Amino acid sequence: MQTDRELMLGLIEACHEAIVIHADDLCELDRAIGDGDHGTNMRRGCEAVYLDRERLCSLPLSQAIETIGMTLVMSVGGASGPLYGTLLIEIGRRLGARENEAHFATILGEAVDAVARRGRAHAGDKTLLDVLYPVQTEMVRQSALINIAKRAEVSAQLTAGMKAMRGRASFLGDRSIGHVDPGASSCALLTTAICRYLKEYRPA
Amino acid sequence: MKGKTANVGIVIVSHSPLVAKGTADMVRQMVGDSVPLSWCGGNPEGGLGTNAAGIFAAIEAAWSDHGVAVFVDLGGAETNSEMAIEMLGESRSGMVAICNAPIVEGAVIAAAEASGGASLAKVVATAEELSPS
Repeated sequence: MQTDRELMLGLIEACHEAIVIHADDLCELDRAIGDGDHGTNMRRGCEAVYLDRERLCSLPLSQAIETIGMTLVMSVGGASGPLYGTLLIEIGRRLGARENEAHFATILGEAVDAVARRGRAHAGDKTLLDVLYPVQTEMVRQSALINIAKRAEVSAQLTAGMKAMRGRASFLGDRSIGHVDPGASSCALLTTAICRYLKEYRPA
Repeated sequence: MKGKTANVGIVIVSHSPLVAKGTADMVRQMVGDSVPLSWCGGNPEGGLGTNAAGIFAAIEAAWSDHGVAVFVDLGGAETNSEMAIEMLGESRSGMVAICNAPIVEGAVIAAAEASGGASLAKVVATAEELSPS
């Protein structure tokens, strides 16, 4: 369990840092096509998880992930709370139920589908799914961590060309084109932070 | 009294505490205390936004064994309300419905319907008549 503890703590710290550093940028992106609070919402959620990190690290990995999901639901205070929350709750539950039985890529795929259902969104709608689906694809391919991170970043940038179909940005119609989606951007930041940490923690 | 009323409860969820409270005031003026009523507005810090924990508490506060109708403004309010409803657990989540209706008009007309003892399905249908299908 010591390994789980160290891994969990490292991941929490890495994600917290990535969001705190970029909170203002995320708000800026959200001001362009939404209500401007994505950075503050995500920071509130990551702070709540960070404050609880000691307790979270003492839990088995699957339970820690599920609990983090619930903390995000309770603290983020925007649509991204239930979306990121659903992602982690579903990953945690599936990891707990089928440890060693399923590849993480499969579990992630099912969790991303649950996020899509929660948001009633599809690929190409200019949401965080436009990062999650490509990341999952890279994981199925067993790509190197660095390539997963790169794909996440490129995918977030590609949302600039999309017209928003869900969320506040969809009210802008064609005017949402040309702006990177804030949810996709936070998702890429978190993916990159996680990949970078895992590479240090477990050099391939 | 909680849960013992024969009338469907009403919950109002807005990104703005002022909108949520104001809508609740209008409902109260219409139906008095005959309908369990609660509201949740804003993010966990009291600013504009939504808050799943607050919505959960509001549903609990307006709980009726005959069901609860929830009125929401924008997307995040709906997503967080869905999450809060799931957190009630399977036995109760089926008794709560999010209405596809304008928040103010929907809540007032639904409460008027509920105050006459209408079922959850009837309360929801009446409110949803306000929305173009």
